Amino acid sequence: MSPTDPNSPHPGATGPSTPSPPPGATGPSAASPATPSSSAENFTPIRARSAPKPGTWVAAVIVALLVLALINFLITNPVFEWDTVATYILDVKVVQGVGWTLLLTVLSMALGTAVALTAAIMRRSDNAVLRGVSWAYIFVFRGIPVYTQLVFWGLFTVIVPKVAVGVPFGPELLSFSTRDLLTAFWAAVIGLGLNEGAYLAEIIRSGLNSVDKGQTEASKALGMSNGKILRRIIVPQAMRVIVPPLGNETIGMLKTTSLVLAVPFTLDLTFATNGIANKLFTPIPLLIVAALWYLAITSVLMVGQYYLERHFGRGFDDRTPTGQGRRASRQAAVNRARTTPHDPLPEVEL
Amino acid sequence: MSQNPVPHQPDAPTAGGTGSPPAPTTDGTASAPVPAAAEAVIEIEGLHKTFGDLHVLKDCALTVRSGEVCVLVGPSGSGKSTLLRCINQLEDPTAGTVRIDGVLQGYEPEPLADGRWQRLGAKQIAAQRARIGMVFQRFHLFPHLTALANVMEAPVQVLGRTRAEAEHDARELLGRVGLADRADHYPSELSGGQQQRVAIARALAMDPELMLFDEPTSALDPELVSEVLAVLKDLAAAGMTMVVVTHEMGFAREVADQVVFMDEGRIIERGTPEEVIDHPRSKRLADFIDSVL
Repeated sequence: MSPTDPNSPHPGATGPSTPSPPPGATGPSAASPATPSSSAENFTPIRARSAPKPGTWVAAVIVALLVLALINFLITNPVFEWDTVATYILDVKVVQGVGWTLLLTVLSMALGTAVALTAAIMRRSDNAVLRGVSWAYIFVFRGIPVYTQLVFWGLFTVIVPKVAVGVPFGPELLSFSTRDLLTAFWAAVIGLGLNEGAYLAEIIRSGLNSVDKGQTEASKALGMSNGKILRRIIVPQAMRVIVPPLGNETIGMLKTTSLVLAVPFTLDLTFATNGIANKLFTPIPLLIVAALWYLAITSVLMVGQYYLERHFGRGFDDRTPTGQGRRASRQAAVNRARTTPHDPLPEVEL
Repeated sequence: MSQNPVPHQPDAPTAGGTGSPPAPTTDGTASAPVPAAAEAVIEIEGLHKTFGDLHVLKDCALTVRSGEVCVLVGPSGSGKSTLLRCINQLEDPTAGTVRIDGVLQGYEPEPLADGRWQRLGAKQIAAQRARIGMVFQRFHLFPHLTALANVMEAPVQVLGRTRAEAEHDARELLGRVGLADRADHYPSELSGGQQQRVAIARALAMDPELMLFDEPTSALDPELVSEVLAVLKDLAAAGMTMVVVTHEMGFAREVADQVVFMDEGRIIERGTPEEVIDHPRSKRLADFIDSVL
């Protein structure tokens, strides 16, 4: 190191060979080698022009033209009767149908999730009976078409007309008719929920299995009970894996509710629009009414899913928008948090 | 091999079979820093562990006294970690006994009339584990909780402490391991050394009677090892009873009261660091020390 002040205006003192400033460096001080901080932080980003991709551009133009043609077709084709769509999109029957469809979706997903969590936990048990029953439930309810199941639940009051509570093989204490209790709506909820539970059980089971075994060991070593380990440690981490497919299943359920006429339950969105269409002999615009509503609800559900994923993604940062992969984003998180005072790769500085 | 936890006779054949003396009663060099009068915290007798056909632990016996630092060394696959995990019942011994403060772990103290042993229920086993802190090679912090919440979790959930009380203690412990200002960070935002120090604070939050360390620095980048070892040294100086599986011979020499060398599931030699590290008796230990130093 030269003992002279690097900022002193004596260029001649260092000899005739003054180093030329590196490309992009600005200002007179950048030329001085004794101020590394300025050269390490002052730089001009590369101004680049992207490489030509003629194939991609041609493809984009073709796709754009096709989309424009489709939009033109939708607007100009008279069979869509957009004025009828506009008339009926906020029809009382239609809006009520939206309400019933939403209610069916929410309740059957809630029932399905509760049943699925139970089945998934039973599946992990070391007791053969619990494991076996869980397996059989999933086998039966996943293997039969949901339409068939819904018809079955519609006929449940015929199969089991009366439920009695009492001493087994002894006197009845309380009995009631299933017809009063199991209305078409609840038959639909149970039918959809139990079918959904069989699918969700597998999703939840794989979610629970995705949590590192070390988590269970660490919790055990702290003296936590199995129930608390599951509730406090395993399930919250499994949710990160479970929520994306759970969102898909919810959107699927929204559409599956259109099958409830099998029960028969006759107030949902599809049944309402079909009813109006049959009355007016205009099926096409009312299909569009139904489709627009399903899309609108799906959009709302997607927003909900986004927030759920963000909530359960706390502490996990392998889903950053840049998609750099786990290791790179982990380093980014460490850097962002400024927990390491130095450059993570100190050997680069030397 | 017997399938019940009845201890082998204490005078069972000496482990190793290579003529190593039954340490630590060696003459001359024995300058035990821990008074022999200190009560035994861990007593392991006749311990065997098999995984299928694999005989991982063979007739291991170990006594660790209160305030003692016991370092387990040996080549990988020698059974050190399995022995450690038997102490807090993360592994169930195939034969032999583990006692903590004289209490048999995992079983009712007396055998049943037919000679079998009554396994304890999950709650009782959890209560036995709660008194033993453990730190893992790969930290196993709870990734969905902040450092502070990691440390608070067990005191609140297991000991029933109030959140305010647990938070106060947790902040103090994080300060003790030098991470007071990292309390609100998630584990993924911490370096390996910081994560391991949080893991140590998490174990200490249960106010354990002894601490088990399973290769606490093996997953760390070399420049982060010292910060974790410094915490271990502080703990040892504070009189914590510790069993440490490690390859850090410098740490063993500086901190250990008892060094135990294991190979192929047996305890081959044990004694003070001077005895075991500087004057190995068996060729296997001498070779091992050459390979790690």
